[in-house]
Amino acid sequence: MSANLNRPTSGAQAALQVSPRLPPRLFDARCKACWFVFGLILLTIASLATLDLQFAKFFSADSMQRMGKFIAELLRPTADTAFLKKLLIAAFETLSMSALGTLIAAGFGLLLALPASKTHDTDRARWRGVTRIVLNALRSIPELVWASLLLIAAGLGPFAGTLALALHTTGVLGRLFAEAIENAPQTAAFALRTRGVGEGRVFLYATLPQVLPQLMSYTLYRWENNIRAAAVLGVVGAGGLGQMLAFHMGLFQMPETSSILIAMMLLVAMVDVASYLSRRLMQR
Amino acid sequence: MLVLPTKTIRTPTLPLKGRGSSDDQTTPGIRRDPAWRTRVFWFLAAIVIAWPMLIATEFKPWELVEGNSLKSTLKFLGDFFPPKIESSFLLMVARETWRTVAIATAGIAIALVVAIPLTLISVRVLSISGLTGRMNAWPASVRYVTRALMIVLRSVPELIWALVFVRVVGLGPTAGVLAIALTYGGMLGKVYAEILESGEAHATTSLLRNGSGRLQAFFYGLLPQNAAEITSYTVYRWECAIRSSAVLGFVGAGGLGQQMDTSMKMFNGSEVATMLLVFMALVWLADYASAWLRRSLA
Repeated sequence: MSANLNRPTSGAQAALQVSPRLPPRLFDARCKACWFVFGLILLTIASLATLDLQFAKFFSADSMQRMGKFIAELLRPTADTAFLKKLLIAAFETLSMSALGTLIAAGFGLLLALPASKTHDTDRARWRGVTRIVLNALRSIPELVWASLLLIAAGLGPFAGTLALALHTTGVLGRLFAEAIENAPQTAAFALRTRGVGEGRVFLYATLPQVLPQLMSYTLYRWENNIRAAAVLGVVGAGGLGQMLAFHMGLFQMPETSSILIAMMLLVAMVDVASYLSRRLMQR
Repeated sequence: MLVLPTKTIRTPTLPLKGRGSSDDQTTPGIRRDPAWRTRVFWFLAAIVIAWPMLIATEFKPWELVEGNSLKSTLKFLGDFFPPKIESSFLLMVARETWRTVAIATAGIAIALVVAIPLTLISVRVLSISGLTGRMNAWPASVRYVTRALMIVLRSVPELIWALVFVRVVGLGPTAGVLAIALTYGGMLGKVYAEILESGEAHATTSLLRNGSGRLQAFFYGLLPQNAAEITSYTVYRWECAIRSSAVLGFVGAGGLGQQMDTSMKMFNGSEVATMLLVFMALVWLADYASAWLRRSLA
């Protein structure tokens, strides 16, 4: 009762007080989550419905048997010395592809990052838009697609794989480098620029030394990714362990296939461990 | 030297004229680059390390511009323009693009079915014996094994899973969906567990201490706290899955990649050009959609 006494009684104000109690509109921010979930469920159902998924066939006795046989064969790797030597060479080839691809990408990434970044307020950076489009295009095409495109120009073998890694990584690193350069502290560059030093020397003596550690860590991170990518890149014929895998799997030579798969997993595991250790070492 | 000419101050980007010679005059006898020895050493070392790598990768750029290969490359690239825009072909590309998205979505859906139980088993915060000091041996070993299983699922690249499944179920989207489901199941499970354990565990442990069940503690303590981060990671992975489902087509797992592979093998440049453009648009759209969703969830 006492609360009622304090309340204003004019009609308009009462309406104002009632209005917040209306239920939120359907496209209200509060119900974004329900719309999100609804859309997600719809998309999932549509996907599962339109794909001719043959799970019945996959879980049938026949294919289970085939799967079992396949896995049993995979569990018996070959340890033939001559083959292991070939495997070692292919593993080195994979590592070289990733290292060279990353190195080339770091060089070209830096070259493209310069026009793609706006370094100071009066910089018109008229190539920024165009360069960014090029970098995005390079980045949005995966390594594997680049590799199968480059097979036509560079032929079968690790060279196509190296170039494919280099092209995709140039896009990724170029964009990261450009952002690092744009976000670098401006003071040293400004001091040189005020004294009339040219843009090239401003970059070499003021900006680059400041962003170099960041660029290095981006490059190392991409190298780590590229080792993983290089291992499977060969499946389309672009060299390394992947090419051996595609070859022996195509001929149904299961012991060899099994050894290659184990080598791949070992390589990836070694990279994981090395990256974990180096990160811990650097944090100390 | 201390008094700067005003001209250089007014136009900051103008280079000083003849700066090289003036530097040499003002600092006679001092080398311009005190670190040149180290630089030369590292440059030579890099060449020595890179040499065997150059040999291993058959790095011969000049072969790119050799007569025959250059001719076929130019012919293929020349076909790129104009891209093929026949309506029946475009319809086929649209259908395959949808299949690429559908493979990714279905793969992620099944990956969630794999990942959620694995996460629930492996999260340490939900351990009851862990509330009082060390976890018991049995639950600790179960959690250890689950984690190892997730690492194995994750460490085999999806392309290899796809190759294996194509052998078993034949060409088509089933292999792609299963490959994405397994790899991403392990990946999502591992990251979910990390997200759930990185947060503040206070609410969850007090629920557990006061006698709630583990699922109750998960739904009322752990999940609300981390739901936004988990959702945004899942959306990000969905975006990655779209990219990788397009790639999986190259080993015969259906979708845009498979058509692209066929067109490339037939050296049909105009078809490849259209599909590359569509693929780039798809990646860009997925990127945009996922960024928008993550922003609005944050």
